Amino acid sequence: MSIKDKLSGNEAIATAMKQINPDVVAAFPITPSTEVPQYFSQFVANGTVDTEFVAVESEHSAMSACVGASAAGARVMTATSANGLALMWEILYIASSMRLPIVMSVINRALSGPINIHNDHSDSMGARDSGWIQLYSEDNQEAYDNIIQAIKISEHGNVKLPVMVCLDGFIISHSVENIEILDTNKVRAFIGEYNPTEYLLNTQEPVAMGPLDLPPHYFEHKRQQAEGIKNAKDIILDVAKEYEQISGRKYGLFEEYRMEDAEVAIIVLNSTAGTAKEVVDMIRENGAKAGLIKLRVFRPFPSSELKKALSNVKVVAVMDKAESFSDAGGPMFVEVRSALYGQESPKIVNYIYGLGGRDVRKDDILKVYDEMFWILERGTVDNIYNYLGLKE
Amino acid sequence: MAITLKEAAKLEDRFTGGHRLCAGCGAGVTVRAVLRCIKPEDKAVIAAATGCLEVSSFLYPYTAWKDSFIHNAFENAAATLSGVEAAYNILKKKGKVKDNHKFIAFGGDGGTYDIGLQSLSGAMERGHDMVYVCYDNGAYMNTGIQRSSATPKYANTTTSPAGKVLPGKQQFRKNLTEVMAAHNIPYVAQTAPFGAFKDIHEKSEKAIYKNGPAFLNVFTPCPRGWRYETPKLMEIIKLAVDTCYWPLYEVEDGQWRLNYRPKEKRPITEFLKLQGRFKHLFNEENKGLLDELQNEIDIKWENLLSKCEAKEK
Repeated sequence: MSIKDKLSGNEAIATAMKQINPDVVAAFPITPSTEVPQYFSQFVANGTVDTEFVAVESEHSAMSACVGASAAGARVMTATSANGLALMWEILYIASSMRLPIVMSVINRALSGPINIHNDHSDSMGARDSGWIQLYSEDNQEAYDNIIQAIKISEHGNVKLPVMVCLDGFIISHSVENIEILDTNKVRAFIGEYNPTEYLLNTQEPVAMGPLDLPPHYFEHKRQQAEGIKNAKDIILDVAKEYEQISGRKYGLFEEYRMEDAEVAIIVLNSTAGTAKEVVDMIRENGAKAGLIKLRVFRPFPSSELKKALSNVKVVAVMDKAESFSDAGGPMFVEVRSALYGQESPKIVNYIYGLGGRDVRKDDILKVYDEMFWILERGTVDNIYNYLGLKE
Repeated sequence: MAITLKEAAKLEDRFTGGHRLCAGCGAGVTVRAVLRCIKPEDKAVIAAATGCLEVSSFLYPYTAWKDSFIHNAFENAAATLSGVEAAYNILKKKGKVKDNHKFIAFGGDGGTYDIGLQSLSGAMERGHDMVYVCYDNGAYMNTGIQRSSATPKYANTTTSPAGKVLPGKQQFRKNLTEVMAAHNIPYVAQTAPFGAFKDIHEKSEKAIYKNGPAFLNVFTPCPRGWRYETPKLMEIIKLAVDTCYWPLYEVEDGQWRLNYRPKEKRPITEFLKLQGRFKHLFNEENKGLLDELQNEIDIKWENLLSKCEAKEK
């Protein structure tokens, strides 16, 4: 039996963590993810979980302690946002290179500077090449569901990589929604016991981790890491199938919304997908063939799957809530265009939007669809690289 | 409990030979002395900051550590070990780990006094049951002898070179042992692999078996950075202690205690003249600088004595 509850995004994350009952949580407060360790430390204080909660002195130490705890053989979780993620940067790479299954919720927020506490994706997009799996969540329900699945994905023997579960700061983290939570026993049965094979506290077989790795071996180790991320695609799908059986909710690498015969489509991450779905419905009512792809898995990037999903689409707009300052488009645009390279269609266009929490309304998204239909009619793209909702 | 050298010699070394530290390096001596004090029946997890010790002892696929070992990054040995200790507490409670484990971090002065100070301070403040050992060789030796905040005044390093205008490093060294004592943790000590190793053995044992966090600052010479002849290692350590450049003391549960008072306090020049990094100080025009260093050492020694004696009264 699932239980209905009214929870904010951060509460949903903390609730999933409570049900997971990880061995160690090490965290440092940063808006808008602060509530996650805050709720969680209350669970610890009340004895609801038996987790060791380490209230560290910085995010750098949070990730460092997570690495230590995970290497020691514990199931480990944390949460962060923006500059906190940036401060962890160095250790993100070390966590993934040690193949440690740490699960972290990233409550997306703009990176300084200038300082801004509101939502965009500059934080997690900046960390995209750190070797972590990245799952994105449209709403509170998906944030909850992704956290539980993340544990199983990261610990899988063919993956052994850390996972970040991303959700939009404030828009999701602080908004209360009705969600369905699973029975705790069901969650625990789903994730199972964590039984690592090589770990520091294994008294039968001491292990050394984090060596100096010179040219004769480093390259091979990176190749193995890449193999883990490659394997993750199938594991993510397997875990989703298994999760569907206990939750009734279906997950894939991305969600296709009204894509059956779509001529134009938006590709977007996180909460904007919800707004965009409404716009798609409006357009469809007028008989125009609009669709939407909401990417759930950004790392590993589902190139071939996206290529297939977009094979009959004429115009695609990639919406990036992050700049990459390449003067050639946002981070997701680059990935999608690269996935589609060598194909005649669709035509592709990029919109940078919503930076630093700039509101994105239905009208804004409607404008993107209007422009796509215009491109479809004219057959040419005038401006590939656009800003949406900017005060000109 | 005192460990005699005879007893210590019977204990198994937990840091093997075959590591790649330089001949005449103090780090291996320090590590071996500290680890010797873990009871044979206890297990240990060792963490190391990036530095000479780590790159010389764990070059894939070889390791010189018989216990479990982790290297994370330069500045986070203490934070990393915090996580290990937290994991141990819960896994032990859950019955998944049976043996007793001890947790020891090693960092050079760069990874301890400077870039790692925050994570060290955090770990000590949170009270993790671990020992943090700083092997203080007074510069960033692994990257080619750059100055650190532990580098003594007027030392010639590659980022505080002695030149026509400046005679080496311009500042006195940070007193990290006292900074750590100000954390009010159960045990802080300054030691060195000195004489028959009695001091370092006793302090290591106390630090390892004291409940809660402990900090050891160990004087650890570096032949490359200090420019001394390899066989002079032990002589330099003795002079550091006998000149009162490196006093041996401990702060146990808030009580300051001097552990060694030289029979005859030697002039600092005896310590300096064995080391190439201070060669420029012995030019005639730099006589005043030597006087300044001697004066500073005398003041600090008196301050330390008053802290220790005040408690003894």
